Amino acid sequence: MSAFHTEEMTLNMGPQHPSTHGVLRFVIKADGEVMREAIPDVGYLHRSIEKIAEKVGYHGFMPYTDRVDYVCAMFTNQGWAMACEKLAHIEVPRRGEYCRVIAAEFNRIASHLLTVGLMGMDIGAMTPFLHALREREMINDLIEELCGARLTFNYMRIGGVAWDLPPGWRDKALAYLDHLEPILDEFNALFSYNKICIQRLANVAVISADEAINYNLVGPNLRASGVNWDVRKDLPYSVYPEFDFEVPLGRGEWGTVGDAMDRYMMRIREMVQSARILRQALTQIPDGPVLGKVVRNFKPAANECQVRVESARGDQGWYVVSDGTGFPHRVHVRTGSFAAMGMIQKLSKGLMIADLVVLIASLDVIAPEIDR
Amino acid sequence: MPVNVPTPPSPEAMEPLSIYQALSSRFKERILEISDKTIDPFAVIEPTALLDVCTFLRDDPELAMDCLSNQTGVDYKDRIEVVYHLFSYKHRHSCILKVKLPRDNPVVATVEGLWRSANWMEREIFDLLGVTFQGHSDLRRILMPEDWEGYPLRKDFVEPREYHGIATVRESPIVRLDQKKK
Repeated sequence: MSAFHTEEMTLNMGPQHPSTHGVLRFVIKADGEVMREAIPDVGYLHRSIEKIAEKVGYHGFMPYTDRVDYVCAMFTNQGWAMACEKLAHIEVPRRGEYCRVIAAEFNRIASHLLTVGLMGMDIGAMTPFLHALREREMINDLIEELCGARLTFNYMRIGGVAWDLPPGWRDKALAYLDHLEPILDEFNALFSYNKICIQRLANVAVISADEAINYNLVGPNLRASGVNWDVRKDLPYSVYPEFDFEVPLGRGEWGTVGDAMDRYMMRIREMVQSARILRQALTQIPDGPVLGKVVRNFKPAANECQVRVESARGDQGWYVVSDGTGFPHRVHVRTGSFAAMGMIQKLSKGLMIADLVVLIASLDVIAPEIDR
Repeated sequence: MPVNVPTPPSPEAMEPLSIYQALSSRFKERILEISDKTIDPFAVIEPTALLDVCTFLRDDPELAMDCLSNQTGVDYKDRIEVVYHLFSYKHRHSCILKVKLPRDNPVVATVEGLWRSANWMEREIFDLLGVTFQGHSDLRRILMPEDWEGYPLRKDFVEPREYHGIATVRESPIVRLDQKKK
């Protein structure tokens, strides 16, 4: 029998592929089922949001920030508002800060629910996805009542938030938290601690702490590798120092520290902590105005600053340069997905093609955040 | 395998200005300017000194900037600046470096060899601002199409009327109707 003929295979995955979480494309060089390399091709969702900022002015840019990451738009809102407030030295009323934290933490839970649900779907389990989305819908309802939108919120303003909590909203929010916490346990029993899920995710695409730092991974992905860094704790902003919460870290209970299972469990554990923050915020919220006085003709003096916000996808950096006019000179958003995506080419070497799907899902890459 | 122990905040964290002082006492006149007038102070360094300064910042045990957390470019009328936000997870401190490059031929060395995260960020700056990073392993456009002409984030960029026959600007039909009435 003659020798079996083998050769390297080049495969295209995307741009429209159900597990690419947006419009992403990979060129995969594979030897059978094992990848030599997966080269990401991004830019399909580039909407030049940073250039738009230079054209629409400070107040006008707020709705556009929603589109930077439409899965957790509260954080992009907050990042932009905080950058402008830092430039113009504006104080936010305390109730405004509380409203921000409440909206943002609800949004974090919604975003993580989507992530863990999608993770299930990407590895072939449809049921967890439906369960997670069912819970997420309720958060969307709550946020819709708060600001009128379900996804692109445009809730925050420079100097505070646009609307106060509606009457009776607080009780609804607390009732939802009572409902969510047992659901998370149920979700764990259904999916997280399921043997199939653990075996599918454990020891896949391990990222060491040094690598994670060198590639600038942020947020849950970084903490899954064991690096204790959470902007809410370490560079505290807003009213986060007033809350008691923990920062979960990857522990490698089922495999190695920094594997896909760790990254998955980070999201589950962060939801528990977010619920904890929300309970405190909803009970402690002070009375008062929610929006400070900010001039309509917002013209901060020539200066520059960077603010960092802990979004659901990690440390989000807003670098803003002002030049004394009503339009920012330059706005740059450093997002978690951009850095994570830059790492995939390196991580993909030697991975199975089916594991690429797990890798993308576990890094929680969202295409609009990469391309902006 | 031992679980990584979380690192407590370091008492050795340095203020940005004292980091810049340490830099200027070592690199003398190659540190061109230290500005504390802006909200976040920064240091401007000579483009040719970039790699030396960055290597020092990363490898010096007291500074230990192990992460390039952000890299971006800004177009001014007379120059292009590349901005480096460095961060140390070990000591929990950060600093900002800038290099000023001529607008007609902005070239600077890549820092990809020091921090891998620079690979994509430099591609983005190349794509949107046209800065060439010498020694970069894969300097291609990243967000814009490969055959795009010009650098969109430059201040003098004029948007082309069409791209491969697809119009980039469309007049509002309502405005057109209004003009007809007149």
